[in-house]
Amino acid sequence: MASIELKNIAHQYPSAAAEPGPYALSALNELWQDGGAYALLGPSGCGKTTLLNIISGLLQPSEGRVLFDGIDVTDLSPEQRNIAQVFQFPVVYDTLSVSENLAFPLKNRGMARDKISERVAEILAMLGLSDRANEKAHSLTADDKQKISLGRGLVRTDVKAILFDEPLTVIDPHLKWQLRTELKKIHQQFRHTMIYVTHDQTEALTFADKVIVMYGGSVVQIGTPEELFETPAHTFVGQFIGSPGMNVLKASVDGAVALVDELQVPLPDNYRKIDSGVELGIRPEYISFSQKQGIQAETVSIDDVGKHVIVRCKLGQQIVSVIVPEGQSVPDKPRLIFAQEKINIYQNSVLVRPADQ
Amino acid sequence: MKTQNNKAWFLVLPVLILVSISAIIPLMTVVNYSVQDTFGNNEFYWVGTEWFQEVLNSERFLNALKRTLLFSTLILAIEIPLGIFIALAMPKRGIGVSICLVLMALPLLIPWNVVGTIWQVFGRVDIGLLGHGLASLGIDYNYTQNVFDAWVTLIVMDVWHWTSLVVLLCYSGLVAIPEVYYQAARIDGASRWSVFRFIQLPKIKRVLLIAVLLRFMDSFMIYTEPFVVTGGGPGNSTTFLSIDLVQMAVGQFDLGPAAAMSLVYFLIILAVCWVFYTIMTSFDAQAAASQKKG
Repeated sequence: MASIELKNIAHQYPSAAAEPGPYALSALNELWQDGGAYALLGPSGCGKTTLLNIISGLLQPSEGRVLFDGIDVTDLSPEQRNIAQVFQFPVVYDTLSVSENLAFPLKNRGMARDKISERVAEILAMLGLSDRANEKAHSLTADDKQKISLGRGLVRTDVKAILFDEPLTVIDPHLKWQLRTELKKIHQQFRHTMIYVTHDQTEALTFADKVIVMYGGSVVQIGTPEELFETPAHTFVGQFIGSPGMNVLKASVDGAVALVDELQVPLPDNYRKIDSGVELGIRPEYISFSQKQGIQAETVSIDDVGKHVIVRCKLGQQIVSVIVPEGQSVPDKPRLIFAQEKINIYQNSVLVRPADQ
Repeated sequence: MKTQNNKAWFLVLPVLILVSISAIIPLMTVVNYSVQDTFGNNEFYWVGTEWFQEVLNSERFLNALKRTLLFSTLILAIEIPLGIFIALAMPKRGIGVSICLVLMALPLLIPWNVVGTIWQVFGRVDIGLLGHGLASLGIDYNYTQNVFDAWVTLIVMDVWHWTSLVVLLCYSGLVAIPEVYYQAARIDGASRWSVFRFIQLPKIKRVLLIAVLLRFMDSFMIYTEPFVVTGGGPGNSTTFLSIDLVQMAVGQFDLGPAAAMSLVYFLIILAVCWVFYTIMTSFDAQAAASQKKG
């Protein structure tokens, strides 16, 4: 177990053209605590997997250093770094049995035979594969194969960190919950540093203490699930997290009032006057309908998703999503009330703090 | 229930006619010859299994069979491991891939009798580069007189000609292995040998089966190259089944025994291929069975 520190990490993949390709990662400086559970969240192609492979040593960064517990490991191989990594698609050794697969990383490191079988039995029990221990891994379903991959990541107890690269993508939804809970339990029990890459916000928010949101090769926000939900530091975070994501409306701000298409929206605090590139962010959860007061809007579409109803309204020229509890009637011309405390103001996509703070 | 529509048979008919002309009818004439005797004038007499008994009991046939089996065994023992080894050593990306692939494909493009001629000349002691070179080094090499030298020449020639096929098949299997397997192996701390034994070999098993079958069949049926290089000699030392068969059928015009021998020859190839196939797919069958069970 170790803390992981990234110093000026940047990476460019080599390209066929003479000039190098665009940066897959740019200038990352991070310090992740020993024993923390972190999730790297972001859309496909944002550099999550690249960053993970740099940490595990499968990839050499074009710039910067990686430190474990303050010791530079940039030039060490994955084996020397003593890292465990679980990949998106199941990797099993076809000709080996389930238990031999789990024993493989231990055997390669020359662990004593009785210790190996003890540890393998524990992992088998944890994954619920005890009764299939002697079957060839080749014959298992994709679900079970991925369980073996997970098991191989967890079987070593002395690893510096365990990295997961979207490990539950191929797993059935009901099993996902079970395995994620299991992972969380393992984390609480052994306090391994765990880094979990995913593009699924639910997975990230339920697994991690701290979520690192990446976008276009850089980190846009690091925070607890609550921080990411309430005060997204970047409009991308607001829109990426939540379903539907945060409403981002073009606006102008002066003092404690925002103007959205000439409609007045009261703000919780005073802001200095900003003219260009201003956006107002409000989550659909924090907008409600009213009969008498509020901003006049027009209902465009209604989607019933079961637990609640998502209403899309036209506010001036812009579209706003509103989450309404199941059973509430939706008027054609509703008036909208924005929960004042929950409004965030952005300039050029970055969160702006109120003037007096 | 709907009546079955049998019109599909008419659609297969052209193919059936073609196959019967090209394969079934000639094969049946051979079967016909194998159970009859003729003294010319298109007169045939029924002899039953006499020719088969004669062929199977003849020293000449058994010796040729042993030689052919030995040849195929040596060819498989050399070409399969060598092919895998070269495929593993080939570059996976970059300009080197095309260069290697073209170089590998070259021997496969040369007509078989030309391959024979190349090596026949190459190995000659008077003018051949190889033969003359070895002679000037003081090595006593002569494939026309020495049995061992003749065998070495034929085997080296076949390895030169056909190892590429094994290489290309294995290479295609190797490049199809996703990168993530190698990454997982690095994380798991696997040795180079473990990577080969537990990732690469299982993943190329299917193409390897094809390579083994093709190389067995081709080497077991080899005719042109040894005929051109050694003509079956010195003595009968490189007279393989195919050469023997041609001598009997065309040289001596013994249609009955030659037909019987052809059929035996054909059945041996079929049987050995079946054995190879069964052994090499038994792993898959086991896996399928255990999956059904579970």
